[in-house]
Amino acid sequence: MSEIFHSVTLDKDKCKGCTNCIKRCPTQAIRVRNGKAKIIKERCIDCGECIRVCPYHAKKAVTDEFSILKNYKYNIALPAPSFYGQFAKNDDINVLLGALKKIGFDDVFEVAYAAQIVTQETRKILAEGKIQKPVINSACPTVVKLICARFPSLIDHILPVISPMNLAARLSRSIVKEKLGFTDEEIGVFFITPCAAKATCAKIPIGAAKTYINGTFSVKDTYRKVLPYMNEVDGTENLARADFDGVCWAVSGGEAKGLAIENYIAVDGIHNVEEVMEAIEDDKLNDIDFVEALACVGGCVGGPLNVENNFVAKSRIKKMADKTTKKAELPVDVDVAWDTPLRPNTVMSLDEDIVVAMQKMEMMNEIYERLPHLDCGSCGSPSCKTLSEDIVRGFAKETNCIFKLREKIADLTREMLDIERQ
Amino acid sequence: MADNSYKLHFDIDGEDFSVAGEASSNIKKVLNKLGIPPAIVRKVAVATYEGEINMVIHADGGTIDVEITPECIKILLKDKGPGIKSIDLAMQEGYSTATAKVRELGFGAGMGLPNMQKYTDYMKVTSEVGVGTTIEMHVNI
Repeated sequence: MSEIFHSVTLDKDKCKGCTNCIKRCPTQAIRVRNGKAKIIKERCIDCGECIRVCPYHAKKAVTDEFSILKNYKYNIALPAPSFYGQFAKNDDINVLLGALKKIGFDDVFEVAYAAQIVTQETRKILAEGKIQKPVINSACPTVVKLICARFPSLIDHILPVISPMNLAARLSRSIVKEKLGFTDEEIGVFFITPCAAKATCAKIPIGAAKTYINGTFSVKDTYRKVLPYMNEVDGTENLARADFDGVCWAVSGGEAKGLAIENYIAVDGIHNVEEVMEAIEDDKLNDIDFVEALACVGGCVGGPLNVENNFVAKSRIKKMADKTTKKAELPVDVDVAWDTPLRPNTVMSLDEDIVVAMQKMEMMNEIYERLPHLDCGSCGSPSCKTLSEDIVRGFAKETNCIFKLREKIADLTREMLDIERQ
Repeated sequence: MADNSYKLHFDIDGEDFSVAGEASSNIKKVLNKLGIPPAIVRKVAVATYEGEINMVIHADGGTIDVEITPECIKILLKDKGPGIKSIDLAMQEGYSTATAKVRELGFGAGMGLPNMQKYTDYMKVTSEVGVGTTIEMHVNI
């Protein structure tokens, strides 16, 4: 059994046991039990909706402490393109890359640049036409995990290329090894992440057996460290390699635009993505070539670990991207193919045996009919349907429903009174 | 549930495109919960979605009954619509009697019945003009 790791975790002390998170989770992965939220690891797709919606900030994304940099002789920062949009007074990419070198990194390597290589290779794959249309992008780990759990029949539509993050790690690592002679163990590669999903993915990559990343820092933690140095850096050191096409990956539609195809859909926001996936499953979008789906509203600039409002960040990134006048020089024929195929996540099914699953389904319906259909969430499950499922799976009782409990208490009281009268 | 089957029933509201697709979406969820292989779920999804849309476009609604057994998924679509004048013509790709208004909404491409046949292992259409249409489809597991 493989170990399940998720960046999204709960701070028990802060959790009040309210129902905000359970209601918003797209895979029904959270329950409130004994007054505290509990994340069902097998179901969580790291979308970060619960982080956004929790009024008590009890949900957080686990990233690394900066002290981890001490463990390596040569540290490389991999800033996500969305990082560029966080700084109010800066429109120079070289300044913010330079500032990263002030906080303990020896080098920076833009994920935006690796993204352009991914784009270059994706064009070739699309031209071959071997993947079922519409082809769905694989850049957002949450979307890929959503498909595996909720829309497994669409797995064959997913673009089988590794993430720009993992490619950036692989390339920067090999450059440093070659040019400076460091060993793998001496090099630390760190991704600056806008979301929990990529923090998870940095440890357990999608479509690749191996990660080239040693840790992740959230955009907001990095922002705080970098900010004091922004005025000290003049930006004369030329660290930026990516151009417009790479930088725009931070916003919804950026990846698709770089592919220079006309017939595409760019959808952002997890609940919108669900709708589009549903439509693909029904064969409604068979005339579309490419679907770029990103779980956060606005794309990666909307990631829960960013500092800036996604609309503001988007506008800044567009301006910065426009300023990148020189074309990126890309290596040719880079291997970006997956080496590990995706598997459907069967966590949603009631039982391995279809006959038993059907019996459970029948029981579920019977229980559901008895419930009040208010979907109030007071039982700790997101809806009456989910509670009936939880009861069938053996994780809850009918009296978890406060209305059923009240009925039962009323019945018992009546019985007791009857006994007394006799 | 002595006979190892699971049944679903849906009443389809006619002329409401905004809820069209809800039944097929629910069927999909049930099939996923039952652990039916994804490729099979996809076939059933497309076939029922097309059927559902047909009922909304042509027949002012109808009913969908699904019976799931470990071997096969049987789908029965019934409506009291105008009926199909020529089943042979309706089975041709691109043939449609949908109104201009419906086509403007992006439906009525004449792929409904052909697609349903493509995605199922068995399909039987019975129709009487002025009475209604019944379509039985099987998808083997």
